[in-house]
Amino acid sequence: MNMFPTVVAIAARAPASEITIFVQTLAKALALGSLYALLALGFVLIYKTTQTVNFSQGALALTGTWFMSMVFIDWNFPGRFLGGPTWGHWFLSLIIAICITAILGMVIERFAIRPMIGEPLFSMAMITLALEVILRTVSFDAVHINARILSIPWGSKTFTIGAAWIPWSYMAALLAALSAFVGTWLFFKTRQGIAMRATSFDQEAAMAQGINVHRAFSIAWASGAGLAAVAGVFASMPPWPAAGAASAEGAFFVFRALPAVILGGLDSVFGALIGGLIIGLVEIFAGQYLSSYNSVLGVGYQVVVPYLVMLVGLLIRPYGLFGTEEIRRV
Amino acid sequence: MRGRPKLYTSYSAEKALFPTSTQKVMVGLLLAVLVLMPFDLPVINDLPLIRFLGDNAWLRLVNRMLVFAIAAVGLNLLSGIAGQVSLGHAFFMGVGAYTAVLMGGASSSRLWGWGLPMWVWLPAAGLVAAAVGVLVAPAAVRVRGLYLGIATIGLVFIGIHLSRVFPEIAGPAALGRKWPRLELRFWKEETPLIDFSRKGHWLWFDIGYNQKTYLLLLSVLLVLSLVAANLARSRTGRSWAAIRDRDVAAEIMGVPEFKAKTTAFAISSFYAGIAGALFSSLVGQMNPEAWNLLLSVELIAILLIGGMGRIPGALMGSFFVVLSPRFLEEFMRWAAEQAEGTGVLASFWDSIISLGASDFGLVSIKETALGFPLPLSALDEIIYGLLIIVFLLFEPMGMYGIWIKIRNYWKGWPFSY
Repeated sequence: MNMFPTVVAIAARAPASEITIFVQTLAKALALGSLYALLALGFVLIYKTTQTVNFSQGALALTGTWFMSMVFIDWNFPGRFLGGPTWGHWFLSLIIAICITAILGMVIERFAIRPMIGEPLFSMAMITLALEVILRTVSFDAVHINARILSIPWGSKTFTIGAAWIPWSYMAALLAALSAFVGTWLFFKTRQGIAMRATSFDQEAAMAQGINVHRAFSIAWASGAGLAAVAGVFASMPPWPAAGAASAEGAFFVFRALPAVILGGLDSVFGALIGGLIIGLVEIFAGQYLSSYNSVLGVGYQVVVPYLVMLVGLLIRPYGLFGTEEIRRV
Repeated sequence: MRGRPKLYTSYSAEKALFPTSTQKVMVGLLLAVLVLMPFDLPVINDLPLIRFLGDNAWLRLVNRMLVFAIAAVGLNLLSGIAGQVSLGHAFFMGVGAYTAVLMGGASSSRLWGWGLPMWVWLPAAGLVAAAVGVLVAPAAVRVRGLYLGIATIGLVFIGIHLSRVFPEIAGPAALGRKWPRLELRFWKEETPLIDFSRKGHWLWFDIGYNQKTYLLLLSVLLVLSLVAANLARSRTGRSWAAIRDRDVAAEIMGVPEFKAKTTAFAISSFYAGIAGALFSSLVGQMNPEAWNLLLSVELIAILLIGGMGRIPGALMGSFFVVLSPRFLEEFMRWAAEQAEGTGVLASFWDSIISLGASDFGLVSIKETALGFPLPLSALDEIIYGLLIIVFLLFEPMGMYGIWIKIRNYWKGWPFSY
């Protein structure tokens, strides 16, 4: 870990070599990819269990980040009663913010999604789109125009690999995604996890086997919303250009994660991971290595690249790389 | 068939646009009121809703509503009748708008524009959008259902980016450019034949520019709605409905899926293109960010609130979605007056409306800043989201469904069946 403030370090560094640039780009790409994968995981969990395309995932991420900012900055909730290091307080607050967001997800499921069981998928998707409008408006209104601070424990500190400077935030995003995927994998081995897999396979058959489908729905929405909050917080860390807790870009973040979900397949957890990483890699590498064609491609072309990848991917494999193909009967 | 309104003796009678003579008379009356609304006529202007809708400030909103109705009628053909989910209609509207500005706009050193008259650029806007729709349609054959919906979201973002890449057409990123005005010229001569953006004198009436624009948009909407209604009850429309209900079954019965989806996309994008051109011409200056996802969502919301698959539903929905913010504002003004008064309910309204900086309340009508007393704009958005949810939960057929229920109730009154 470097001992100097980042600004000095960046000013003092020599012109970077090819390999250094590559390592830095790769780290950034993997970090962004894991953020996309996190959002995609929540999306896939909800879709798999409840067959609802959740467009409000991004707004939930925004709301979760706002909760985090309130819990830690405004109230300093568990921290004010505890001693010990600040980073400990930060993580406790994060857990509480995730829980609040998860409860919000359960409330949404109970009052807006459950009455719609059996309705066309499109109507369900539209409900989540309406939820997106409401949540985004409320949290925009609540955070005002100024971005709120989150006081990330590692701030904008970096570490070096060879000559490459890599922010700790990238590692944090990677770790968060890794633990979320491992957690999901482990959860699917538990009794409730198997029940959820059965529910996603066939709701009626699961019900006939005595599985509590309603509880599976609740858990899916809670975990989806919780994962959205994690993604929101970890996407609001210093090196990201669209960072700042709950900035205007934040809500559209999920629409950039949609290509990841679609590319991987709407109902595949593994697909979410691979799709997220592919989209992250493509976006960042295109941004880095095609930047000399800026005049032709236009400024900010890298944001569009994921959609192009998604469209091409869909045309080749209409159900995503790992999605289940729907068998169409007359 | 006097007294037996549901008795059809031929297919043509069943397919008729307005099967009963009562309906013909009612629609005729409604049309007459709509056409005569902007003129300051004694009887028409005393009708309850018309009294203030004919007013200038409202008429501007009504014009906006007519444009949205055109786009919604088009989207209704695609999503309501052909069953193809599209969240990319903002993109098609943008294509139409930029075609219009390229053909009809004024050129300068930095901007392209050919200065052609409206009768060229308006149809061209629709046609170019339709051509782009044809290009997108094969994707709809390959990609189905919600996957298609999400894929079309991609179009919106790609579209916004493209308009940034071509500042010669779209204008500088933050500012946008000026659109050609609604004027009917023969060719490029100085004085237009009919100038919809200036007040003038028609027959025996003085008529303002809002009123002129209203009549233009109303006639475009009526023609396009009639086309849509006729399409929906023709062979094309039936093939769309067959594809919507079960695409595999339709194909087995000999309905060409590819052709049906391509025509649906093309015609729907044509409507969107026309609406986009008219919309930006109405606003005058648009920036590329205007063609964003929220616009697509608004169109879908119009369909859901109005009633999916029905042309009157699309019209009702756009009336509701575009005009409700203004109704809400009026209501809040009224509530604020109540709160300042001394009536029985004054304290109730006072708890809802925040009158000043220190006054507690949910909604603030004076401050526009974000923050706890919600500004009206935020309240609008929230209510709009809630309405979509409420309609989907409790009345999936939308406002048109409510109307049908009311009509059927009175049809059988006093019997309940």
